[in-house]
Amino acid sequence: MSTITLRRAEADSPPVPTGRPQAFRTATGGLIDRRRPLDFSFDGTRYAGFEGDTLASALLANGVRLVGRSFKYHRPRGILSAGSEEPNALVELRAGARREPNTRATVAELYEGLEARSQNRWPSLRYDALAVNALAAPIFAAGFYYKTFMWPAAFWEKLYEPMIRRAAGLGRAADAPDPDTYDRAHAFCDVLVIGGGPAGLSAALAAGRSGARVILVDEDHRLGGRLLAERREIGSRSGADWARETVAELASLPEVTILSRTTLFGVYDHGAYGAVERVSDHLAVPAAHAPRQRLWRITARRAVLAAGAIERPHVFGGNDRPGVMLAGAVRTYLNRFGVLPGQRVAIFTSGDDGWRTASDVAAAGGQVVAVIDARACVPPGLRRAAEALGARVIAGGYVSGTKGHLALKAIEVVDTYGSSETIACDCLAMANGWNPIVHLDSHLSRRPVWDAAIHAFVPGALPSGMVAVGAAGGRLTLAACLETGSRAGAEMAAACGFTAAPRDAPGTDPESTEHTPLWRVARSRGKAFVDFQNDVAASDVELAHREGFRAVEHLKRYTTLGMATDQGKTSNLAGLGIMAELTGQALPSVGTTVFRPPFTPVAIGAFAGHHRGKDFRATRQVPSRAWCAEQGAVFVETGLWLRPAYFPKAGEADWLESVNREVNTVRSHVGVCDVTTLGKIDIQGRDALAFIERVCANPFGTLPVGKARYAVLLREDGFVMDDGTVARMGETHFVMTASTANAAKVMQHLEFCHQWLWPDLDVQMVSVSEQWAQYAVAGPRARDTLRSIVDEGFDIGNEAFPFLACAEVTVGGGIPARLFRISFSGELAYELAVPAAYGDAAWRAIMQAGSTHGITAYGSEALSVMRIEKGHAAGAEINGQTTARDLGLGGMLAKKKDYVGRLMKERPALTDPDRPILVGFRPVDRGARLRAGAHFLAVGAAPSLAADEGVMTSVAYSPSLGHWIGLGLLRRGPERHGERVRAYDPVRGGDIEVEICSPVFVDPKEEKLRV
Amino acid sequence: MHYSLLSVLGQALRGQRDWKPQWRDAAPRTEYDVVIVGGGGHGLATAYYLAKEHGITNVAVLEKSHIGSGNVGRNTTIVRSNYGLPGNIPFYEQSMKLWEGLEQDINYNAMVSQRGVLNLYHSDAQRDAYARRGNAMRMAGIDAELLDREGVRAMVPFIDFENARFPIKGGLLQRRGGTVRHDAVAWGYARAADQRGVDIVQNCAVTGIRRENGRVTGLETSRGVIRAKKVALSVAGSSSLLAAMVDLRLPIESHVLQAFVSEGVKPLIDCVMTFGAGHFYVSQSDKGGLVFGGDIDGYNSYAQRGNLATIEDVMEGGMALWPGLGRLRLLRHWGGIMDMSMDGSPIIDRTGIDGLYLNAGWCYGGFKATPAAGFCFAHLIARDAPHPDAAAFRLDRFATGHLIDEKGMGAQPNLH
Amino acid sequence: MRIRCPYCGERDNGEFSYLGDAAPTRPDGMGAEAAAMHDYVYLRENRAGAHRELWYHGSGCRAWLVVTRDTRTHAIDDVSPARDVARTRRTGEAA
Repeated sequence: MSTITLRRAEADSPPVPTGRPQAFRTATGGLIDRRRPLDFSFDGTRYAGFEGDTLASALLANGVRLVGRSFKYHRPRGILSAGSEEPNALVELRAGARREPNTRATVAELYEGLEARSQNRWPSLRYDALAVNALAAPIFAAGFYYKTFMWPAAFWEKLYEPMIRRAAGLGRAADAPDPDTYDRAHAFCDVLVIGGGPAGLSAALAAGRSGARVILVDEDHRLGGRLLAERREIGSRSGADWARETVAELASLPEVTILSRTTLFGVYDHGAYGAVERVSDHLAVPAAHAPRQRLWRITARRAVLAAGAIERPHVFGGNDRPGVMLAGAVRTYLNRFGVLPGQRVAIFTSGDDGWRTASDVAAAGGQVVAVIDARACVPPGLRRAAEALGARVIAGGYVSGTKGHLALKAIEVVDTYGSSETIACDCLAMANGWNPIVHLDSHLSRRPVWDAAIHAFVPGALPSGMVAVGAAGGRLTLAACLETGSRAGAEMAAACGFTAAPRDAPGTDPESTEHTPLWRVARSRGKAFVDFQNDVAASDVELAHREGFRAVEHLKRYTTLGMATDQGKTSNLAGLGIMAELTGQALPSVGTTVFRPPFTPVAIGAFAGHHRGKDFRATRQVPSRAWCAEQGAVFVETGLWLRPAYFPKAGEADWLESVNREVNTVRSHVGVCDVTTLGKIDIQGRDALAFIERVCANPFGTLPVGKARYAVLLREDGFVMDDGTVARMGETHFVMTASTANAAKVMQHLEFCHQWLWPDLDVQMVSVSEQWAQYAVAGPRARDTLRSIVDEGFDIGNEAFPFLACAEVTVGGGIPARLFRISFSGELAYELAVPAAYGDAAWRAIMQAGSTHGITAYGSEALSVMRIEKGHAAGAEINGQTTARDLGLGGMLAKKKDYVGRLMKERPALTDPDRPILVGFRPVDRGARLRAGAHFLAVGAAPSLAADEGVMTSVAYSPSLGHWIGLGLLRRGPERHGERVRAYDPVRGGDIEVEICSPVFVDPKEEKLRV
Repeated sequence: MHYSLLSVLGQALRGQRDWKPQWRDAAPRTEYDVVIVGGGGHGLATAYYLAKEHGITNVAVLEKSHIGSGNVGRNTTIVRSNYGLPGNIPFYEQSMKLWEGLEQDINYNAMVSQRGVLNLYHSDAQRDAYARRGNAMRMAGIDAELLDREGVRAMVPFIDFENARFPIKGGLLQRRGGTVRHDAVAWGYARAADQRGVDIVQNCAVTGIRRENGRVTGLETSRGVIRAKKVALSVAGSSSLLAAMVDLRLPIESHVLQAFVSEGVKPLIDCVMTFGAGHFYVSQSDKGGLVFGGDIDGYNSYAQRGNLATIEDVMEGGMALWPGLGRLRLLRHWGGIMDMSMDGSPIIDRTGIDGLYLNAGWCYGGFKATPAAGFCFAHLIARDAPHPDAAAFRLDRFATGHLIDEKGMGAQPNLH
Repeated sequence: MRIRCPYCGERDNGEFSYLGDAAPTRPDGMGAEAAAMHDYVYLRENRAGAHRELWYHGSGCRAWLVVTRDTRTHAIDDVSPARDVARTRRTGEAA
């Protein structure tokens, strides 16, 4: 768990001036640490800021107002907000492999040496060649690209699209693997509090004091929310002090966990929440062994949404000019960061709340030049206070345009009588009401509802266990935040069985949230932006309306409104408001878009955690791994397993030479192969045999104790699921094997058959794949090799222990083991299973015992060659599309019992004699190489789907025969031995004639395995 | 108004004032020859081809919300015809050919971008399976190339060739595959169908299907009763709900598939790439966002959202394949409801009820199929006989055993 | 999504794998009809609403479970061991 440490505000102690001058930094005030100057660079120029700054506040402190270029028109853009809703101030943070494009400067914490660059401009931010796009703005209206670029067709990929793609996108992603690591963690709590502002702190405190397990999550590095940004009073102290004291108490409560720098980004079903903690993003590089970020999965019984609200901009011509900011953001920079966003500040508001900005500007030493309120009636008290600061007050007026090239120099204002004037200013603060953050509560498909009192959407019916408080719940005043937060915290704790003593919320200074929203300034000059980041203007909304894209989702998709990286946090409602005006509907009947997770964009690396590179998936090792590695074996990925593929020896030219040697040695002497990867299922019980009869397609009723039998399992749809062996170790005790690839699937299937289909059968089963190491010892000298392994007293001779015998034996002086006389290679062969802990020792013992008999270790390649030589179907043939009949196994299926897949395999298409059936192939030119995946065509036939007769499924070079051989599925194959067909492989340039033959290439009479 | 560079320039001079709605927001009439239920890509394309190919224009498309509000606007925009089984191959290739001429046909730029679809393989067995598929494509006259490791490296040098848990050994490439701007497909077909007289009726939910003597006669809707000689269902994840109105059970389950988009960045990847050792596929939109996806969540769902386990699985696949993605941020994820069929392949067929036609079971593959699904469904509705390229998509194939199971997963929809 | 396993308690759905609708009953025995088997294997009601479905707790206790879940909201009403549900159902059929 992370803990947060708080440093006291330094207002009382005299600042020690250090670092470069910061022209727009106030002399005192703010929650920054003036004793800790930090050096940083933007577009190669070096600046200074202080600890506690964001990149945005530090840039503003240095008078840097132009920070980016817009997406489509490349218009100059500055800093609009002071939070995660920022649409404009996106930069490339860091460099090289750590480059992070589209990083919001407003939430990037400053650190020593921070390096940032502007994006989407060339050659420089001030002189951007693509700013000519602005001249073509009349053409680049919403959706223009759907109407042109169609001729000639081939030009789309060659010319138009590359051009558009180069122009699109904002920043450049890193072009090297991410050097940092990511962590994933799980947490469980009674009450999750989302947001650490006044409402969230109150809720966490009320719940925490009850003893409930509380997790408080906040995206900021410092808790307090708007209390850090406003000059407010709680009780008899400042809001910031109240927040600090509250956090201190929370930190002292043992069951409370505070996760700061953590964004709760998604709400999922059944009380699951996703959050990302930026563990090291405020550092140049993560500390040793520390992750960059940590993804939290939080499971909470109850949740309090206290995520606050986002202020709305005004929509008027030139509202995107650097220097035009949200009023709340202006106050944040003044009060929290000690930065004057401008020397001469004008305020454009449509409610009482914006006026608060005037006194804050003045207190910080700035000049308030004008307050323009769109409402004709302005409370006299507000007017008097502003005029006392020397500000012009224009009631019933509006801002119609802005001037300045790369930054705001003046605004054009129209008063209530329609006369206009120009007012010089370098900062315009916009206040157009607040939107509660309803993003999180809509993640579970809940729609917000319209609250006419605050002219905004508020949470509708929330999922059970969730409550929204404070501004997030539409209660915008500080008093209401404290009150609703505290009450919800207590109630949620009580719902989890804790007793929370009721306490009165502390008093606050008075405030008014009276407000009349203005969705746009209808008569204004120049592009009036609704969605800053995607360059969607009010005229685009009008065009969408004209072309019939009036449904909210159509508006969004046609204009791209709300689809940028900010998901329309500052733009969606204005878009709806304008559409409502155009259609003559009430705003809520236009609808609202569904907000999708994540709340703010989350690094892909954080979701992946440690699952990358070699750690993407677990690696399963065979028991003989150490010995194989010592011998220089080449390993191959087989599902999660790493299996030895072959064992190269000095002087061998390539893999084929090694594999040939292994095969030849097995066929002439003896070899040992690690087959532990096979699934092993122990099945016991009075009805074990009956159960096996129902899940296997071939009969087992006659299987005596001490014998094993090949087994075929079908799916209920009649296709082959898997094959293996069933060995009867005792009257009611069986061991079933499954293929490596299907081991887990078969186990799950057997459990299903038992627990769901036939729960009354008295049978139990367990996977023992991990418990037993299993080795195949194969070849004419296999018995000789094993004689010194199996303890004396057990006769492994051919008569006592014939082909398909099985028994529990002991090896190496009393170690329990299982011995099966089964053969995949076609040779005299045994499979010996020993407890996994003895796996390495047993392997080494076999190698030693076999050394006098010429033993070789053989890998999966030689294993595969020998099974193809013997015509055994494996994964390439048992691919879920083949029936037992297709594989030549039709004859062995039971006739007199019911089993899974019995009926469905009889469907007409599955018994069609024309279906491809397994046969063998050899090249007519014996020197030719075969390729799996080739299709069969009649000799001379033109390639077409209709001419397709089947497919080659497995091939191998047979050292026993001295040429390539193959298995394949061919129409009416068994009737066509001796015929020739083409093996057609155009993707590898192959086209050769092959001869159809029996799939059994070696020892067709099966004499070798019975000796 | 015909769309062209000239009309765009002309409107630029006139302040974009003369554009008309791209399609009429029609009120339903009381009777049609054909009523198509579902205003998604498939339904709109069906209406367009009914009018264009068969001269049937007394047609309504009913949409319970607004057109394009379902999967046509929720997918990862990939188009390809790299299938391996003969039942699928000609159909998807027909779709690819229709994509190639679509924009000129409907006079709407849907940004059909043939940037190539690359499926990576990580083992010899996977290579052979892709060779099998590529060879089948080539036999049908479709482009397919089997790349080795160096061939893949030349296309996507930034993926993990050095430290991968499952080494990249090569890939199957279809250069004609690519992406299409998904919303534009719905809008373009809507506009083109509307121009031929089709009524597009939005906010019109079907609440019942009327039958007389075993024959469909019309629909009950939230906007009144609409009589119809033929009713065509094209409602993807809602197929079972509509079928239940006439007591049909379908070999279909509805599942949620999530899709993801990253923040927009300058060009990183100029093909569609799929990971062969995990569930991950990715391309980059013309706006700059990486569009990617993975496996379905795996449980029946009518909720258009998924859960974290699947999200993490997809991102793990992404990072395993392409470790440079780490600092790129996920912008949005959402879910669409897939009509997952029992063999992973679709159904375009009659239903056993006269006058009722079904287009369903598209699993993940519905978007790329849009033009051919519309084309073949229109053919079936107009002529009461399947189009030869879609003849395998029969409803009775589960009884006869003529399954089209590309992955060999059997009768379990969530494995396809 | 979280599922309360009757044996292990509430767990993330990533621990479970899904099979599907629990309503179809396998027509057992040599007398079973192909048509009935076809319906069992292939046809689903695919309800929007309360859905009884089979989940396997493969990363836990290996129990097959019958979960009653609303497919529109994912709200889970009940989780029972499949074995118990199957036995009850068979008893019901016999009676």
